[in-house]
Amino acid sequence: MTASALMQILASGLLMGLIYGMVAVGLSLIFGLMDVVNFAHGEFMMLAMYATFGCFVFFHIDPVLALPLVAAVMFIFGASVYAGVVRHALRVKVNAGMVQIFATFGLATLIQGAAQFFFTPDYRNIGDNGWLGGKTLELSGLFLPLPQVFGAVVSLVAFGGLYLLMKHSDFGRALEATREDKGAVALVGIDSNRVFALGWGMGAALVGVAGAVLSTFYYIHPQVGAAFGTIAYITVALGGFGSVFGAFAAGIVVGLVEALTAVVLPPAMKSMGIYVLYLAIIFLRPQGLFGRL
Amino acid sequence: MQPTILAAATAPAVADSTNAAADAVHSFGRRRRMQLVVALAIFVLAALSPLVVQNAYLRNVIVLTLMYAALSQAWNILGGYCGQISLGHALYFGVGAYVTSKLYVGFNLLPWLGMLGGGLMAAALAVVLGYGCFRLKGHYFSIATIVIAEMGLLIVHNWEWLGGASGIQWPFGEDSWATLQFARDKTPYIHFAVGLLALTWFICWLIEDSRWGYWWRAVKDNPEAAESLGVTVLSSKLAAAAISAFLTAVGGGFYAAFVSYVDPDSVLQFRFSLLIVLPVVLGGIGTLWGPMLGAVILIPLTELSRSYMGGSGSGFDLMIYGGLVMAVALLKPEGLVRLWPVRQGRRKESAP
Repeated sequence: MTASALMQILASGLLMGLIYGMVAVGLSLIFGLMDVVNFAHGEFMMLAMYATFGCFVFFHIDPVLALPLVAAVMFIFGASVYAGVVRHALRVKVNAGMVQIFATFGLATLIQGAAQFFFTPDYRNIGDNGWLGGKTLELSGLFLPLPQVFGAVVSLVAFGGLYLLMKHSDFGRALEATREDKGAVALVGIDSNRVFALGWGMGAALVGVAGAVLSTFYYIHPQVGAAFGTIAYITVALGGFGSVFGAFAAGIVVGLVEALTAVVLPPAMKSMGIYVLYLAIIFLRPQGLFGRL
Repeated sequence: MQPTILAAATAPAVADSTNAAADAVHSFGRRRRMQLVVALAIFVLAALSPLVVQNAYLRNVIVLTLMYAALSQAWNILGGYCGQISLGHALYFGVGAYVTSKLYVGFNLLPWLGMLGGGLMAAALAVVLGYGCFRLKGHYFSIATIVIAEMGLLIVHNWEWLGGASGIQWPFGEDSWATLQFARDKTPYIHFAVGLLALTWFICWLIEDSRWGYWWRAVKDNPEAAESLGVTVLSSKLAAAAISAFLTAVGGGFYAAFVSYVDPDSVLQFRFSLLIVLPVVLGGIGTLWGPMLGAVILIPLTELSRSYMGGSGSGFDLMIYGGLVMAVALLKPEGLVRLWPVRQGRRKESAP
């Protein structure tokens, strides 16, 4: 393989990895905040993809413009899921561990079934009809598909925004304080319920942005979320549970490993590399690369 | 003066409490025996059901209901009693189905041997995977099971020796118990499924009052405390995983014989992990009757929705599953078995 072909593969892996990173950051945020895994994370993304598709088909709004809209809707959706489901799951005293898993797991199944029922299992795509579809960017000999480049840029901006928000705002400090000690923050007048709801809103908005970006070049179908959900779990485990930065960095690693696997193995097996990576993590370094377990 | 009065006052109380303890032990034994009798009655009724149910479709539903009750009960050993929520049991189910099919179709070994071999292989796999995964707590573990099952699906999908995506078709043969092939009348499958359910139920019944059972529940409630009391947590979990995987794989082998066909999507998909977990979540995790109750509600419901709402592709069945799981988890986390009023006497005996 020539060096330029390798560069091409690494570049596309990097672009995809940045999007994986954004998907995983949303999951990691909620996880680190309250030690709850959102098993419906992938399904949130799938909903965002359908929402973007709907905007495009019915209102002729290009995904690039629909993106903030979808993020806002997903924010409200995420906060409502917290208020309607997760908050109640946390209150349950009997079988608490199992309830936390099955509340969002049941939600995931419900969303997937509803998508199949109402949107049919058909594969849909926006593809070349959108502004970005089919265009490529040539960068010193590398050909980069414009939708992926757009996705990578959006992902970097979104992560940068999240980072600033978490480090330099009252909300970020409240978030950090709540994840440290839920009881203590109540004493200083922070409503942990509100912080959790905002956390869920932000997690959903982030994965919503990822979904909107993905819908510009990826097929949209009811199971698409499950596949990305699995990748998000692997990414979060690699980055270290609870580390938002770790999740983002791990997303890039996952994207690169996936792209390189496709060189060695047939395309159908491209996920094998990240699965093996995942096994290596849980056997050798369960706390992940940047985690505190 | 004071001490003697106290002694006089406490003596009858002590006698009372030893009596109560003896009573409790006695009624505990009686309850255990009652459980056996009730279970036996259920299994006999299920085995006799073909006498009443003549319709081939309904008999199919009975086979599936019994099979999922057994699988769910097997999951319950690891997930319910030991508290390790696996969302990837389709892996063990698939191992059982594939080993049985490959040994029969490729090497002419009877499915009975295949089920045994598949079960042992699944148990070994569970121990190896458990060795890594059981260091992960709670939801970390559940995530690992999902990913590993997906990995199994991907491998089998691309493994030509196992037929790849198109799977393994069993040859047509004479109806016989040796090969577990019954083309005309499905009654023997009902009997086999009853046997499998009875076996898994009985193992759970034994576990409930065994050292392992108490250990596992201790591990489930508080692993650190259990460890400090001398429970070897890791090997306890591994034992639970091995037994659970073995029985799940035997169920997988049975399923392969029942449908005479196996392919990756029909045995290794996430949907199977879901179908194995749902009855027990619905009925009651860590209970003796939960899986059976859940399967009796869920499986006929699934089959009905499938025939009336047009196939499993419509997603309607997924909506039912998801809605039910959420509702039970949030509203009735003990499971539907607890809808039965707990008798006053039983509540007393469980008090210290």
